[in-house]
Order: sequence, then structure tokens, then C-alpha cells
Amino acid sequence: MKVVIIDYGAGNIKSIQFAFKRLGVDAVLSNKLKEIMGADKVIFPGVGEANSAMKMLGESGLDIIIPQLTQPVLGICLGMQLLCNDTEEGNTKGLGVFNVSVKRFPNQVKVPQMGWNTINNLKSELFHGISENEYMYLVHSYYAENCKDTIATTNYSEIYSSALQKNNFYGVQFHPEKSSYTGELLLKNFLEL
Amino acid sequence: MLAKRIIPCLDIKNGRTVKGVNFIDLRDAGDPIELAKIYSENGADELVFLDISATLEGRKTMLDLVLEVAKQINIPFTVGGGISSLEDVEALLKFGADKVSVNSSAIKRPDLINELSKKFGNQCIVVAIDAKQIHGQWKVHLAGGTISTDLDLFEWAKEVEQRGAGEILFTSMDHDGTKNGFANLVLKQLSEELNIPIIASGGAGNIQHFIDTFQLGKADAALAASVFHFGEIEILDLKRKLKNNNIEVRL
Repeated sequence: MKVVIIDYGAGNIKSIQFAFKRLGVDAVLSNKLKEIMGADKVIFPGVGEANSAMKMLGESGLDIIIPQLTQPVLGICLGMQLLCNDTEEGNTKGLGVFNVSVKRFPNQVKVPQMGWNTINNLKSELFHGISENEYMYLVHSYYAENCKDTIATTNYSEIYSSALQKNNFYGVQFHPEKSSYTGELLLKNFLEL
Repeated sequence: MLAKRIIPCLDIKNGRTVKGVNFIDLRDAGDPIELAKIYSENGADELVFLDISATLEGRKTMLDLVLEVAKQINIPFTVGGGISSLEDVEALLKFGADKVSVNSSAIKRPDLINELSKKFGNQCIVVAIDAKQIHGQWKVHLAGGTISTDLDLFEWAKEVEQRGAGEILFTSMDHDGTKNGFANLVLKQLSEELNIPIIASGGAGNIQHFIDTFQLGKADAALAASVFHFGEIEILDLKRKLKNNNIEVRL
């Protein structure tokens, strides 16, 4: 199986590659459109700032290619947010796969949310073997609202989408590659889709 | 609910884990990779690697160690010590660090915080602050706590938040190495005056100290070294007791 992690210059993606390695899969880092389109599974990562990340995607034509992918795609953290319609971070237009907006957490809570929080209302084969209320590791200041594509929720100031799915597109706000064995199980489930 | 985090800190010198008692007297406490692995499998929520000699001796942090840690462990980790440029941070993130912590370099050139935050996002920028009381005032120190500055702790903490720090790692030098508990009064004030997470550091000696720093100090996370490295406190046991005290933890 060929797993490609889209490498468009956004933050720490080595950890995702290492997480797959721990599962016995050699995932490839790539920004080549052909290689991404030819993969069995695509990981769309992202740590950093939305506006500059979208610019980097635009420069390589990835903003056009990603929404057209037909194999299972997993957006992680900012990757998930960029698959949404738009984000308040830098007033950035997203790729529009998930019909939902990304907003900033209100100042009633500490921003960013940093650490382990529970996931609930699990509604996807992505969570096979993962129970309600298990902890995942999150680091983010912006969140996707609840919508019809929501497949998991988390509570921080309000209940929001910690995972989304539409057709072959999956997105998780948490970092499965950093969420201990629960996260590794989710990645394994993704590989088995 | 967001859980309170327990963070073992691995102070690194010459590729080995050491714990400074009041930052000066060093004791060897083992192999960092082995320790990291043991901690990640036994309930640690996060790890911090601080190259404690980096600032003093101008050494750069150990990329090889970072890479090895990233390969072997499945929880987040922060790297600090001697980080002074965008290039340093870029390299660390590339080798698998999740967050970086800056201290002296941010004091010397505060714009660094803005630049790092803008380029990499505030979520991976931790600003470490070492402070101690001088004539009743909390003063920030740099270079591993060896040089005092005129900076007031609270003013500096607010400034780093405003400049884009994602988190503050606060070490009370008055408490560090004493095992008499965390600086909860100051921590509470920091936590209430700022809107970013605060990691409490310095003074952990027993389980009650952790309960206190979450309940009284309002800390978001607690960091300790020797009590974990020498097996005086077992993390899972600590977390069970925190839970018994109605403190949200990941078990």
C-alpha cells in the first residue's frame, strides 16, 4: 500500500511518518502532484498558520488537486481545517470539502487549547475499537463547528467537531500521531479503509 | 474536559539525562531515549527535553536525540535550550519536535517570539521563564537562571503572550530543587492574568504538591524531573490520586 504524506512545508510532518513506521508502513513525504494522485492513502497534515499554508498549497497547485482526490484522504489538525469552507485565522478561504466554517475559541477559555481531551459521539469506521471518552492530543486555537459531516465531537468552551467526514475525505482536529496507542489505532483504521 | 498534563522533564547534558538541583549541582539520571520510552508508556502526557548546558556553553540542541525520540515515542515533546533563531526551530520541527521552548534568546531579543509564532504558529512556541524573588519582587533570570534581569515576571509573561507565545513554562528558582512544592501563589496569578496555558515547574516533592498546583496554583500542566527519574513518584499512581481529587487527567 502506498501512503503519501503531503509535504508542502507545513511544520512537523516527520512525526506522522514515524507513526506509520511504528505501524509497519513506510509512508512517503511528497509534494509531487502525480505521486499524491497515485497514492492509495493520502495524509494532509498541517501545523502552523492557515493563511500561509493556503498560499503554499496554491503555489504548488495542491489547492486544485486535493479536493479532487478520490482515495481516502486524512486531514490532520490544520489539514482538517483547510478542508473546510473558510477559517477566521487570517480570514482564509479553505478548500471547501467540508461545508463548515472554522472559528477562533473565545477568550473565556485558554487559547490555544493544548493537551488531551476526550472525543465523543463517534460515528465512523475510523474509530473502530476506540471507545467514547477516549483521550486524544489537541493543540489548536481554531475549531470547526458542528455540522452534518461531524463524526466526533469534543467539548472546549463549546461542543465542536473534532473529526469530520465527507465521502472519501476524513479530517481530525487532534493529532493521532501524538495520541499514544489510541491515535495509532485510528491511523491503523484509516489504513484499513 | 481538557485534562491536566503531567510532564516529566529530561534535562540533557552530553546526551545524558541530568537533574540540576537549583540548576548547579548535576546528577546523572540515565539514558534519555529509554526514559522517554518508559514515560510515554506509563502515563506521561508530554515530555520536555531541556539542554540545560546549551545557553551557558553556547551549545546547540541535539538534533540526533530529537530524531530518535520522535521515532520511538507516541506522545508530544518539547525541546528547549540554546534556541535563538528561526533556523534552529525549523530544524528541530523537521527532526520531529512538536514544540520548542525559548528562554534567554527571547529576553535578549523579544521580537524572536513574534517571528517564531508568525512562521510556525503559536501552538508550537513555548516561552520558558525562570524567576525568583528579589526584595519581594519576582524577577526574570536568564542563562539557566545564572543572570538576573530587571524584568518583572508578570510584565514579561504578559508581553510574551501578546507577542505570540502559545504556552508559558514557569520555573520558580526559589522552589526548584527544594521538593517543598510548586510556587502556587505566583502560578495562580499568572494563570488568572494570562489566557494561555501555564506549565508549573520547580519544587515537586510529593503527590500532594501536584494536587496543590492544579487546585491552588490553577496550573494547566505540571512538570517535574527527579521525582520521576528516581522513581519517587510513579506517574500512573500520581494520576490516579489526582483523579481521586476530582482533577481531570488522562488515565
